[in-house]
Amino acid sequence: MGLIYALIAAGLSLIFGLMEIVNFAHGDHLMISMFSAFWLWALFGLDPIFSIPITIIVMAAIGVLTHYFIIRKILNSTMLVQICATFGLAVAIRALAQLFFTPDFRTIKNPLIQGKFEILGIFIGKPQLYASLVCLVAFVLLYLFVTKTETGTALQATSQDRQAAEILGIPSNKMFALGWAIGLSCVAVAGSMLSNFYYVFPDVGVNFSLFAFVAVALGGFGSITGSLIAGIIIGVVESVGGLVIDPSFKLLYVFAVYLFVVIVRPQGIFGRY
Amino acid sequence: MNNISAKLLQAKNEPLWYFNKNSLIIIGIIVLGLFLFPFTSPSKFAIHLMMMIFMHAVMAQSWNVLAGFSGQISLGHAIFFGIGAYACAYFYVKFHITPWIGILIGIGISGFVAMLIGIPILRLKGHYFAIATLLIGISFQVIFQRWPEVGSSSGLWIPINRESPWSSMQFHKSKVAYYYISLLFFIVTFFLVWLLNRSKLGYRLRAIRDQSEAASSLGIHVSKYKIIAFIISAMIMAPIGSIYAQYVLIVDPNNAFNVDISILVLLIAVMGGVGNI
Repeated sequence: MGLIYALIAAGLSLIFGLMEIVNFAHGDHLMISMFSAFWLWALFGLDPIFSIPITIIVMAAIGVLTHYFIIRKILNSTMLVQICATFGLAVAIRALAQLFFTPDFRTIKNPLIQGKFEILGIFIGKPQLYASLVCLVAFVLLYLFVTKTETGTALQATSQDRQAAEILGIPSNKMFALGWAIGLSCVAVAGSMLSNFYYVFPDVGVNFSLFAFVAVALGGFGSITGSLIAGIIIGVVESVGGLVIDPSFKLLYVFAVYLFVVIVRPQGIFGRY
Repeated sequence: MNNISAKLLQAKNEPLWYFNKNSLIIIGIIVLGLFLFPFTSPSKFAIHLMMMIFMHAVMAQSWNVLAGFSGQISLGHAIFFGIGAYACAYFYVKFHITPWIGILIGIGISGFVAMLIGIPILRLKGHYFAIATLLIGISFQVIFQRWPEVGSSSGLWIPINRESPWSSMQFHKSKVAYYYISLLFFIVTFFLVWLLNRSKLGYRLRAIRDQSEAASSLGIHVSKYKIIAFIISAMIMAPIGSIYAQYVLIVDPNNAFNVDISILVLLIAVMGGVGNI
C-alpha cells in the first residue's frame, strides 16, 4: 500500500512543486481513474493491467483540461481562491460520479492477478504485491523522466524559477499543463492497480487524498524521492499502528505523523523550502 | 500634515459605541421585522428556512472571524460544531443538565479545544494549516465514532421530554421557539463580531492578516492573537451545534463532524466576502 500512496503523493507533489497549488481534488482524480479501469473492464472485458495505458491517456487529458479551464485562471490569485477552486472541483467530481455511476460499491471480479503468496508463513496478496511492483516501476520512470530528459529538466527549471525559465524560452504554461498530465498519469497507474483489489465507489478518493497530503508534507512539497520514502513510511505506520494498537484508529496514526512532521520540521524530510 | 493629525485625533476620540443614526434605524427595523416574522403565520417550512439561514450565518461569521481577521483558512470548523452538539447532548443525557447550561459548557469546551489545537497548528501557514485543520476535523470524527462513552457511531439520542419544554429546550408543538433562540444567537453574534471589528483586538488581528511581520515589529504578539481569534471563532461555532442538536434531537459523528459543514461554512463566508461582516 505504501508504494501506491507514494505514487499518488508523487503526482500531488509534482503539481505543487511546479505551481504551488495544492490539488484538493487529487483523490477524486484517483476515483476517476479507478472508475475508468472499472468501466474498461466492465464494458470491454479489458483487465486493469492492460488498460493502464488507456487510463493514463484519459487522465492526462483530464489533467490538461483541468489546467486550461481552471488552474490557469487561478494561478496568480490568492491562496483562498486556489483552495476553493480545487476543493470545489473535488466536490463537483464526487457529485457527478455519484450522479452517473451511483454510489454503489463495485469490484472487478476475477482480475488476471489474484490469489496470494506464502513466504515464511506470511500471506501476501498477489494483487498488492504486483501493484507495488508496478508502482515502483512507474516511480523509476517518473524519476528518470524528470531528472534525465530535456523536458523533465525544463519542468524542474519552471518549478524553480518561473520567470527565469521563461526567459530561457521554456513556455511555462505548457510546462504546467504537462505537469498536470504527468501528475494525473501517476494517479492513473495507482488507480488502475488499486482497482484490482479495492472497492470502486465515488467516495474512494477521500482517504487516499488525505494520505497523499500527509505523504507530501512528510516528504517535502515538490520532492519526488521524498514522497516515495514518505509513502512507504505511511504504509508502514498505518499497518504497524493497526497491528499494535487498534486497527479502527488507522487514520489517526497517519494524521498524527502529519502533525508531528509539520510542527517539528515544516519543510518535510527532504524538502527544499 | 495637520489634516492627518486631526483625523488621527478624531479616530482616537471616536467612541467604541459609535452608531450611525440611519443604519441604526435600518438595523432596528430589520430586527423588529425578524422578531415579528412568526406572527405573520408563515408555514413551518418558512420558519425552518429562516432558522437555517440564521444558523448558517452565524457559522459563516465564526469562520470569518478566523479567516477574515487573522487570515488563516480553516477546513475543520465542523470540529466546534460537533463539540457544541455533543457537549449539550451528552450533559443532558447523562447528567440531566439543562441544555441552556449545556450550551455554555459547549462554548467552554470548544474554546479550550481550540486553544489546544491552535497552539501547535496556528504556527503553520497557508496550505499546511488548511490541510492540518482538515485532518484534525476528520480525526475528531473518527474518535467520536469509536468512543463508547458518547454512543460510538450511532451517536446520542436526546430523550423526549414533554413536561418541561423550557428547561429541556425542546419544543414539540411549534418551531417558533427554536426560531427565536436562533435569532437571538444570530443577533448576539453579529453584535459581538461588530464590536470585535471596531475594537483594538480587531485592528490588531487585521494588522496580523495584512502583514504579520510588520505587526510583530509594532509589538503585536502574532501567535497569541491568532490563538485568540481561533478561540473566539470556536466559541461562536459551538452554540449553533448545540441548538442544532436540540432541534433534531440526535447527535451522531457522521453529521456533527461532517466535513461538508466546514466546506459549506467556507463557501458562505467566501460568497459574502472574507473579512466582511
